Amino acid sequence: MALSSVDLKIDSGDFLAIMGENGAGKTTLAKQLNGLLKPRLGRVTVDGHDTTKKSVAQLSRKVGIVFQNPDHLLFSETVREEVGFALKNFGFEPGVVVKQVERTLESLDLAHYADTSPFLLSGGERKRVALAAVLAWEPDYLILDEPTIGQDYQQKERLRNFILQLNSQGKAVVMVTHDVEFVAECNPKVVLMSKGQIVAQGRADEVLSDDGLIEKASLVKPQMAKLFSQLAGFGFPRDVVDVHRAKMLLAEKLSEVRVRVAQSS
Amino acid sequence: MSLRVLNGFKFSSLKTPVHRLDPRAKFLLVIGIIVPSLLFTNIYMLAGLLIVQVPLLMVGRVTKRWLQSLRAGVLLSALIFVVNFFTGPLVNAVALTLRFLLLMTTFSFFFMTTSPDDLGLAIDKVGFIRWLSRRWLGYPNALSFTFTTAVRLVPTMAVDAQTVVDAQRSRGLELDKGNLLKRVRNYIPILIPLLLIAIRRSLELAEALEARGFPGKEGRTSLFELRFKPVDYLLLGISLAGIVLSFWVFFHYRVPTI
Repeated sequence: MALSSVDLKIDSGDFLAIMGENGAGKTTLAKQLNGLLKPRLGRVTVDGHDTTKKSVAQLSRKVGIVFQNPDHLLFSETVREEVGFALKNFGFEPGVVVKQVERTLESLDLAHYADTSPFLLSGGERKRVALAAVLAWEPDYLILDEPTIGQDYQQKERLRNFILQLNSQGKAVVMVTHDVEFVAECNPKVVLMSKGQIVAQGRADEVLSDDGLIEKASLVKPQMAKLFSQLAGFGFPRDVVDVHRAKMLLAEKLSEVRVRVAQSS
Repeated sequence: MSLRVLNGFKFSSLKTPVHRLDPRAKFLLVIGIIVPSLLFTNIYMLAGLLIVQVPLLMVGRVTKRWLQSLRAGVLLSALIFVVNFFTGPLVNAVALTLRFLLLMTTFSFFFMTTSPDDLGLAIDKVGFIRWLSRRWLGYPNALSFTFTTAVRLVPTMAVDAQTVVDAQRSRGLELDKGNLLKRVRNYIPILIPLLLIAIRRSLELAEALEARGFPGKEGRTSLFELRFKPVDYLLLGISLAGIVLSFWVFFHYRVPTI
């Protein structure tokens, strides 16, 4: 997929979701960020360094990409070795490697699997090991390719909290995803792509409640946005995508109604 | 990791007279070229066999991809040349390099212009393979099916290989770093995931096939039947004559390298 007229700036502490139909160029864009793909025209810079002048290993130290399918990267005998692999590649001191691995396993609730083979774990757990394998070296920018695929509701909820926590620590998090419901609940900035171009950038509630944009990117509106576009006749705003804001608005309206009923009786 | 060389062996669906040739006749032509090229090291003959294929490649409209695959094979040919240059006379080195290029061209021609489906049909027609398959796997079509599946999975495996390489490079793996031993070891993180993906996929494929009633009953028919056309008989005749002549010359004369 060729990209064109893509103008995007990601600052540290940003929280971004890149969305769009299959073949829109989302993964191509993600691979540009750590130099796996280099631009033929135009420029990609990471912290001011042109990606064409740096190796993938150098760029990956700053930009960590978690690939969609954990089976594409797991190969070690134990989870511990798997998570330590990249740290050794990047030349961390052995003592630091041990400490970082322990810390990462702890934070992703994988410590009890440290000496287990990653191949014996369930799909969701393998996905978490893949995430740990990247988080271990603490990249400044974290790219997650389809992080919610194959995860059940509880795992998604845990993932959401974890991502928000990382983001609050000042890390830039970029999700490449189809999962509108997940994005609606996280409420990041949304970058909408179609046919290799960025067609819209903005707050999740603005972009995901816009019928025209949603159709253009072959997505489906989140449930909450569907509900509120039908409630527009009752004076509700249309750009509601997450449960939290929906609850606030509905509670407000209900108490208004209650007050009116009380007054009239 | 360059997978470009594989492009020279990948089938492209075109409608040319070369693509329409019967795969069995075409395969015999391949044998007809390989037999003399393995029996003799005569430079003129090897060059001749290489040159006669150029019109076929041109008619099949695969010349460009053939040249690309040759370019990808330059390193290996250079290695063959250098090794033989230091261990024997120059003509020998030239002849062996030519032989390598000739074999590569012949196989590349065959696989670029023969669809895996036709190939499966052709293999299925061979009585010996059906017999072996029934004895060995309990079903006459199993071997030809295995072969076509393997060929068909090559592009998928190539995509997987690229993704695995990308994923491991993103974890700081540098494939071309270190001494020779280290470089070989660098491929472990690539090969293990690839192997496991292949095993997992084959298990899934087996289940999916069984769910659709594979292997079915004896006497399965196919939608397309292979039929020899006059041009196929001609090719068959030339190839057989070439093979017989090669063996005859081989046992009666000593053909010099130059």
